[in-house]
Amino acid sequence: MEENLINEEINEEEITEEEVKEEEIKEEDIKEEKKGGFFRRLVKGLTKTRDSIVGGFEDLFTASEIDEDFYDEIEEILIMSDAGMEASEEIIEELKERVKQRHVKKTDECRELLKEVMTESLMKNPPDYPYEEKRSVILVVGVNGAGKTTTVGKLALKLKDQGKKTMIVAADTFRAAAVEQLNVWADRAGVDFIKCNEGQDPASVVYDAMQAAKARNTDAVICDTAGRLHNKKNLMNELEKITRIINREHPDAYVETLLVLDGATGQNAISQAREFLNASKVTGVVITKLDGTAKGGIAFAIQNSLSIPVKYIGVGEAIDDLQKFDAKDFVDALFDKSTEEEDVNA
Amino acid sequence: MAFESLTEKLQNVFKSLKSKGRLTEADVKTALKEVKLALLEADVNFKVVKQFIRSVEERAVGQDVMNGLNPGQMVIKIVNEEMINLMGSETCELEFQPGKAITVIMMCGLQGAGKTTTAAKIAGKLKLKGKKCLLVGCDIYRPAAIKQLEINASKQEVDMFSMGDSHKASDIAAAAMAHAEKNGHNIVIIDTAGRLQIDDDMMKELTDIKERVNVHQTLLVVDAMTGQEAVNVADTFNKKVGIDGVILSKMDGDARGGAALSIKAVTDKPIIYVGMGEKLSDLEQFHPDRMANRILGMGDVLTLIEKAQENLDIDEDRDKETLRKLKKGKFDFEDYLESMNQMKKMGGLSSILGMMPGMGMGGLKAGDIESQIDDKKLSRVEAIILSMTKEERHDPSLLNPSRKHRIAKGAGVDIAEVNRFIKQFEQSKKMMKQLPGMMGGFGGKKGRFKLPF
Ligand SMILES: Nc1nc2c(ncn2[C@@H]2O[C@H](COP(=O)(O)OP(=O)(O)OP(=O)(O)O)[C@@H](O)[C@H]2O)c(=O)[nH]1
Ligand SMILES: [Mg+2]
Repeated sequence: MEENLINEEINEEEITEEEVKEEEIKEEDIKEEKKGGFFRRLVKGLTKTRDSIVGGFEDLFTASEIDEDFYDEIEEILIMSDAGMEASEEIIEELKERVKQRHVKKTDECRELLKEVMTESLMKNPPDYPYEEKRSVILVVGVNGAGKTTTVGKLALKLKDQGKKTMIVAADTFRAAAVEQLNVWADRAGVDFIKCNEGQDPASVVYDAMQAAKARNTDAVICDTAGRLHNKKNLMNELEKITRIINREHPDAYVETLLVLDGATGQNAISQAREFLNASKVTGVVITKLDGTAKGGIAFAIQNSLSIPVKYIGVGEAIDDLQKFDAKDFVDALFDKSTEEEDVNA
Repeated sequence: MAFESLTEKLQNVFKSLKSKGRLTEADVKTALKEVKLALLEADVNFKVVKQFIRSVEERAVGQDVMNGLNPGQMVIKIVNEEMINLMGSETCELEFQPGKAITVIMMCGLQGAGKTTTAAKIAGKLKLKGKKCLLVGCDIYRPAAIKQLEINASKQEVDMFSMGDSHKASDIAAAAMAHAEKNGHNIVIIDTAGRLQIDDDMMKELTDIKERVNVHQTLLVVDAMTGQEAVNVADTFNKKVGIDGVILSKMDGDARGGAALSIKAVTDKPIIYVGMGEKLSDLEQFHPDRMANRILGMGDVLTLIEKAQENLDIDEDRDKETLRKLKKGKFDFEDYLESMNQMKKMGGLSSILGMMPGMGMGGLKAGDIESQIDDKKLSRVEAIILSMTKEERHDPSLLNPSRKHRIAKGAGVDIAEVNRFIKQFEQSKKMMKQLPGMMGGFGGKKGRFKLPF
């Protein structure tokens, strides 16, 4: 399925004449090409993001006088990216401050300044990746359909490729076929898989998994959880319990809790982050589906109101479509003129 | 979430509005600025908000301020009406083909929107209506998507058709039609893979299905938590594939759901259902008015407006009379009682005080009054007045100690409470005389809304 997709893509778009002969060496080739495909997808993904923001920004930085309209327009573009009122206003205020400090007079000189302010606002809590160094349990949480299971699969491959003994745990015992779905990802990533029975208590699955991890000397345990809306008290309690069990049963492990947010989410993301933070002490955010037209402005909103670093972005459905978050690249990508002409908003 | 602060903000803003009788441009603008913020906070698309605000402004300026409302509330009333207008004024139903003909429904939407679950929910709903449904698994990409649909189908006890993941979606759909005809199904629901609206190949897959199979209802499933992108998503799906209706999923969350307004504004397609939970029965009819209410997030103000409207039948002359008496300091216990009853109709004092913008005026703080007077206390006050004779009610000066004792006994309260109340009543009367402006603050020029003391 997924493999077919990738093959198709390779066949259609990527393989140049010189490369055709290499087609025989299947495994290697696919891996190579997937890398190419990954990079292209990433650029393409961010280009989409770029198009939309720059589409708005472009006309702004002409060498005209800086006035309130100019700031209003920046604010409008930020809000259109889901950055939210508060974060947008804060960015604008900071920009105004620096414009004054540095005696900037024309709008074209503001470009770099705005980039700087935006990057800094995303760097309030720079990402770290302690689980790449330590024995760890990574709990992946989020609302329904955010992209948790896919992210678990992607992350498993990343850690395995770093030479870690990695295990995936299916603690979504609720949604139909969730276990089967994750099983496919475990196979794709080529890592251990601990499954449960549908309807089994997820906390007990996690308990078993912790024992297995200790026994097998696993470096990284990644737990997928059922999607849950953050305003459901009982489901959030369940998550609290899972977190407790991990800490109790595997006290030597570093515990990372990744909150997966759909990149197209609006201001509700803040409410989500707050509640998940309460229930399971979220240590990092993953923003998915940024290969679409969603601009992921919630990254600004989250940074502005909660001190959780954004650690990854998801840029596609294939296994290597997960990228470490880099504020500077993120903002640069939003600004750099796109190479593609297509106007996604047309 | 930002609810309390919003109400607070509104109160402060509304306090400064000065319109008497008719809404002035300045007041409308000020109030709409707050509405704009509320809508953006609710994730209504920026451009939609701008356009919407412009049209409300046009309608609102110069309008009469309704009795019982202040200018700010009047603007909110108009905003609310316009929002309901925009959302469509009534609930919509799925349309079925006549007679024995098969109705084909196709689900579409972004990844993770909730298509598969919703497909099964719809099947369950239509089954209850006596339809014979066939669920068709056309998501050949996401791991275990077909399995998920299969499990859901069996939970709902409806039939399911699939051909694994190695056939084209359009081929599966076509084969499903043949299967449905043979087996006497009259509803076919096609579940499709989630896709980005900018993925042309994947969008073509949907039009391919439509070319092979006569789809009657293409339903776009949108996550209620979607932000500014909702317009692009809905617009592109509509233009490239053509949609007939929308389903908002995950409405059991706490998202305000501004996407609903955005989608309606750009596609003008009806929202048919809302998903209200993970259980397969959690699918409800969409109510435009409730949705407008939720997006605006000003439920308390709207409740007040509604009640003010209900109260319109109250004799206006009596109001004027009370006002006149109040101003002249002739306000008596009988008037007090009457005002109190009117208050009660509007939902109790403490709830109303909370809703009242302008309570900060004249050195009186809403909190102060509220702490002094709660609803329970009010009912004791009522008992006190009811224990007075007619003469006593009209002439408070008659109240000597022995009369007060009798009243206290009749009302079942302590004599001290009677004394306190009478004292407060006199004080308030004095205060009201000094503060005629306060009345304007509460109810505009024709203010029918008054404090009972
Ligand atoms: N385009 C795109 N799609 C993604 C990305 N991440 C996940 N998806 C897709 O989003 C859909 C939902 O992903 P899942 O991983 O099943 O989401 P989940 O959070 O586990 O969902 P539940 O367990 O049902 O709550 C799937 O179709 C994924 O392929 C991404 O970065 N880009
Ligand atoms: Mg999942």
